[in-house]
Amino acid sequence: MNLTLKVWRQKNGQSAGHFDTYPARDVIEDMSFLEMLDVVNEDLIAAGKDPIAFDSDCREGICGMCSLVINGVPHGGHRGTATCQLHMRHFKDGETITIEPWRAEAFPIIKDVAVNRAAFDRIMQAGGFISVNTGGTPDGNAIPISKAVADKSMDAAACIGCGACVAACKNASAMLFVAAKVSQLNLLPQGEPEKHRRALAMVTQMDKEGFGSCTVTGSCEAVCPKEISLSFIAKLNRDYGIGALLGK
Amino acid sequence: MNIIAYLFKSSLGKKYIMAVTGCCLFLFVVGHMVGNLQVFLGPEAINRYGHFLQSNPELIWPARLGLLTMVALHIWSAARLSVENRAARPVAYQTYKPMGSSYASRTMLMGGLIIATFIIYHLLHFTFQVQAINFTGQNFVDFTDAEKRHDIFKMIVTGFRNPLVSGFYLLSMSLLCLHLSHGVSSMFQSIGWKNDTYRPIIDKGACLVAGVIFLGYSSIPVAILLGFGKDVVK
Repeated sequence: MNLTLKVWRQKNGQSAGHFDTYPARDVIEDMSFLEMLDVVNEDLIAAGKDPIAFDSDCREGICGMCSLVINGVPHGGHRGTATCQLHMRHFKDGETITIEPWRAEAFPIIKDVAVNRAAFDRIMQAGGFISVNTGGTPDGNAIPISKAVADKSMDAAACIGCGACVAACKNASAMLFVAAKVSQLNLLPQGEPEKHRRALAMVTQMDKEGFGSCTVTGSCEAVCPKEISLSFIAKLNRDYGIGALLGK
Repeated sequence: MNIIAYLFKSSLGKKYIMAVTGCCLFLFVVGHMVGNLQVFLGPEAINRYGHFLQSNPELIWPARLGLLTMVALHIWSAARLSVENRAARPVAYQTYKPMGSSYASRTMLMGGLIIATFIIYHLLHFTFQVQAINFTGQNFVDFTDAEKRHDIFKMIVTGFRNPLVSGFYLLSMSLLCLHLSHGVSSMFQSIGWKNDTYRPIIDKGACLVAGVIFLGYSSIPVAILLGFGKDVVK
């Protein structure tokens, strides 16, 4: 099939960006979206033009590097699917596809549709860890954890930190990311001792980075490639509130 | 940071303020509706209720000042958060599909502003009884019943027999319904009283409650436009 791509091009973080239109010819429906872009880039390089800069790494939906807003929806809008797992069979021959970067003050554009998500790393540095003395490997199952709790923590830990929640939110809020990262530790006994301090520190850093606040629209949950539940945000609100009240 | 800073400076703190003040205002909306519905019991019930409130300034004034504080904090947190949220996305998307979000959740600010305008009009109309804005040519202050009490029943009937006034009221009530359908469930989320078990009950319950509030309030102008109480205005 043949497609038309309308892609955001921006030289760097300082310059102004614009949309350019490129044809994508002979696209095979079994290609992933990124493979389609690879083919377009090969054509651009062959024609002596600057290829489209976009992020990708594992291309199997687990690393969280790919980050495209496709036709107005981060990752293209197929439930539980990251851009790298989005296949061209979802598009129709002759269609025009608009490709934009994650748009948020906290995610400055590096080039074209690649953005800098270091703000997430700084939020993790603020409290996304547990403080333990290093030493010998602890015995497995030394701390009993119920299956239900372990599963719930794992659901939160499924977050790959891609930032689609921020990109989809009308307020560019990072609450779903922060909620997942706080909950994956706060739900477990290992994370329990620091749970309030963690919630307070990570939310404080989130505000500092310039993300918006949560209006509970649920867009983040709808586009999340790992289907992280909005209920984790309620848990974050609870842990933060109790932490603030207890003066942690 | 101390608790005041956590509450007034952080984004989450402002959401708590929004939720708690919203909860108080929601409870007022329920109480006010129950009070208003006494109009269907006839002039005696509603005039006695009005007289009870008016003759106890030590009860009504703290309640009024409390409500005013709640409204002020609710609007202040909404304004602050809106400014921050705008700043969080300085460059808008060319194409943006609001996937997974309800219409109500995306129109909280606009809906809220229209409701605030309505509240100002409503207070001037029935509380301060400004003659110029009731569009009936009559002064509501002069309405008294046989027992020399303020005739609230006659005031409500006269006021709502104007289709424009009733129309604005109905529009505002539908916006309030939309606002509450999202707001009531969101306040549970914002203060952290929600999990996967309660979430569907709270979300559906909020829509149901918002619908009941719309029906309760709207029934009064609709009944009056259909002829309820027309004998008292003759």
